[in-house]
Amino acid sequence: MTGVRTTIVVNGSDITRSGPAHYSLLRWLRDLASVFDVKYGCGEGVCGACTVLVDGKTVSSCLVLAVQVDGRRITTLAGLAGADGPSALQEAFIECGAAQCGFCTPGMLLAATEAVASGELTGRDDIRSALHGNLCRCTGYQAVVDAVESVIGTVEPTRGF
Amino acid sequence: MASEEVRRSKAADLKVVNQPVRRRDAAEKVAGTTRFSGDIGPHGLVHARLVRSVVAHARLVSRDVSAAKAIDGVIAVLLGEDVPNNEVWVDVPGQETEIAALKASMQVLATERVRYQGEPIALIIAETEDVFAAAEQAIEIEYAELPGVFDVQAALADDAPLVHDSGNLLAEWNISRGDVESAFAAADVVVDGEYYSQAVDHAYLEPEAGSAFLNDEGVITLTVATQVVEHFRDVAKILGVPHSKVRILAPYVGGGFGGKEDMTVEPYLALAVYRTGRPVRMVWTRQESLVARAKRHPMVMRYRTAAMADGTVLGHDIDITADSGAHAFLSALVLLYAAVTAAGPYDLEHVRLRSRVVYTNNAPCSAFRGFGGMQVVFAYESQMSRIAQQLSMDPGDIRKQNALRVGDSLPVGQPIETEVLLGATIDAVRAAAGPLPVPSHADAAVGRGFASNIQPYGRLVWLHDTATAWIGFEHDGSLAVRIGVQDIGAGQVSALAQIASEVLSVGMEDISVHFGDSARTPRAGTTTATRMLYMSGNAVHDGCVELRDHLLGIVARARGVPVERLAMVDGLVRSADFELSLSEVVALAVRGGEVIHVHHTFFGPTGPPAITDLATTRVLPDFTYGTHLADVEVDTRTGLVRVLRYVACHDVGRAINPVTVEGQIAGGAVQGIGQALLEEVVVRDGVNMTGGFFQYLIPTSSDVPDIETIVLESGEGLGPFGARGIGEPPIGPPAAAVANAIDDAIGVRLTRLPMRPESVWEALSAGELPS
Repeated sequence: MTGVRTTIVVNGSDITRSGPAHYSLLRWLRDLASVFDVKYGCGEGVCGACTVLVDGKTVSSCLVLAVQVDGRRITTLAGLAGADGPSALQEAFIECGAAQCGFCTPGMLLAATEAVASGELTGRDDIRSALHGNLCRCTGYQAVVDAVESVIGTVEPTRGF
Repeated sequence: MASEEVRRSKAADLKVVNQPVRRRDAAEKVAGTTRFSGDIGPHGLVHARLVRSVVAHARLVSRDVSAAKAIDGVIAVLLGEDVPNNEVWVDVPGQETEIAALKASMQVLATERVRYQGEPIALIIAETEDVFAAAEQAIEIEYAELPGVFDVQAALADDAPLVHDSGNLLAEWNISRGDVESAFAAADVVVDGEYYSQAVDHAYLEPEAGSAFLNDEGVITLTVATQVVEHFRDVAKILGVPHSKVRILAPYVGGGFGGKEDMTVEPYLALAVYRTGRPVRMVWTRQESLVARAKRHPMVMRYRTAAMADGTVLGHDIDITADSGAHAFLSALVLLYAAVTAAGPYDLEHVRLRSRVVYTNNAPCSAFRGFGGMQVVFAYESQMSRIAQQLSMDPGDIRKQNALRVGDSLPVGQPIETEVLLGATIDAVRAAAGPLPVPSHADAAVGRGFASNIQPYGRLVWLHDTATAWIGFEHDGSLAVRIGVQDIGAGQVSALAQIASEVLSVGMEDISVHFGDSARTPRAGTTTATRMLYMSGNAVHDGCVELRDHLLGIVARARGVPVERLAMVDGLVRSADFELSLSEVVALAVRGGEVIHVHHTFFGPTGPPAITDLATTRVLPDFTYGTHLADVEVDTRTGLVRVLRYVACHDVGRAINPVTVEGQIAGGAVQGIGQALLEEVVVRDGVNMTGGFFQYLIPTSSDVPDIETIVLESGEGLGPFGARGIGEPPIGPPAAAVANAIDDAIGVRLTRLPMRPESVWEALSAGELPS
């Protein structure tokens, strides 16, 4: 496809695609780079399903143009697991039943990962505040908050991914 | 062991079922590798988008798509004339005209008239999504607007504009039990109430999506986010092709709640493939989902309730009017569920009910978790708490006193045949709740509310519901289950694997479940009506028992031991003298020329169809009961209501997976709290004002408290191991529990949903507050 040539580091690998300059990061990832663990939920930055980490910070990928993050490092859900398997938070999501339909899960886990990494979560109210940009219609948030709470203090704060 | 005995076996005997096992879909979902319908598709996909009506009610004067077709990248623009059978007729259940069953019709693509904003008119098929905007601009549709009707009362007026030529009254159901007039004459207390519930959107995170292609057999193959793969028949009818030429697959679905029960993208994907031969994808935008897809029915519910001073509730006089919106969809059945459950989980001698559902030019309404059984909880549980208030009784005690028991029957005549633990659910939430919280500031008031409910599980008996499973061993002793279920996020597939693992003692990791394929997995019916675990669970359970007994018989004959001396446990067939691995047992069967699979059908209870004047012995298989408790704080300066504490308890019969059951209860409670306090599809004169998540507010993690769930297990359900259904029931009580808590806090009875700050504040201002 003709258009603007953009290179983005997705989960540690360089991906280069050419596409229309108006493509959001969400569309670039899904339609040009076949990165399907980033979800379309509303297209207007409310639901959080398209959340990715850009240099360790959560971003709604539907509200960012791909060309704006040319050369930057993006983490999607598939990039959270380490060489030794799923992260502690991913394990906690499984254990607590925090993924029901699983469609909000990519964004929810990335937002939760950022929040846990900040080292600033002290309890359930903090967790709820940190996740209120990510809508879930299945769990009532109960199991999600349980999962995040279970890893607070067990995960070393980091500055990014 | 006979099947019935296994089904009701005690929790203590269970090794896999009733255990909080890791759901088998969880690891992929948290790794981001699960592929949803919008993520799947063959190479060379093109794209489809609907052009929808911008007005609520109009005659279509002209539709000119020639300029759009000429745009580079546009493959085709289809109109109703391009649909082989564009008029879709459906029976309206239970409703007769003078000559035959009442039928309702709608068009796949409207040709002459549109009846709601968002009704599909044209289908654009294009090489890329980038040309949709230009194509839509180039399509010229001339509307001649017609007067619309947007309110159910107005729709029933003699001179109302007609939404359909058959009249605005779509369906009605009536119930008459006992002698209501004499009950009211004898009553010590009579309470009148008029309650309004609003239109609500399902708002699952995965919008309607799918893809389709023509396979080498000439079968139009769709992969769709759906609760019903068996819509392949409806798609075939629209195209005028044999049913065998359409196949629907449902991968894991990103939430359903009833919103993916009717067809959404299916007819359009299939039509695009039929007309162009190209593989096609269609993903609805959130905005078109919010504007155009079917909603929960708004209802106007008038209740008059009679009670004696000792707390005996004598009965109700009930009048319900529901808004179907512009088309019939499942409205008649939704209203039937409302009618059947309208008196709640109580044994009442005198009930008169009149109910009707009417067409308007609002967005159509159809199935939504609770299916009519949800709206009426708001009314009957508000009434119960008001009677308790008037009699100075404890709201829990009055419910316990009037609760249904085995041997009672619902006003419709349906007998109650399994134990009703309603009183136990009331005691459980009371015990868990503790003291009322202290108000957080001087202008805050706190209060507590209860609500109980009854919700059916399983489909209407005259639908003759069945579910079929194929279960077979592989030569190495691993197991395959083939079953046409849709997994919409509630762990449907994982629960079936647990059941098979329990009965056949095959490890969960050695079981594969092939699901959601109308062509290659046996038909298991819809993932709706809280029927999936009940029906498919029984099919898998009973099939596994049949397969186990078949294999034990083979071993018994080969070894010359009585079959009663054999057991299948821990992946072995064991007797006092020997043990064989399952792979050895399978080898024994294969060498003997025996099959190593079963194909088992479970049949739900059946009965005659209902007619308008309901008086029958059985409508539905069985019911699930529960009670919720809400503690709220009302800020009397602003009207803002916060739920401080929430406890929800249901008798689930048997929790196949306790973590999953708790997830259903917590999720249903929060969806119900959303309907209580936040959510409303606002349509003004036919124009949707809530076409985005900025306007249509569902609860965030900050809007809701922890949901404390209490799971009771009577073992009395009709499902596998005594399970009842728990998908829909938890959404019933929240609106009433919150309304009752608000009344307890500030002495103001709110009767209209949602109970937003402005309406709470207005209600307070109209009361005795200082100005």
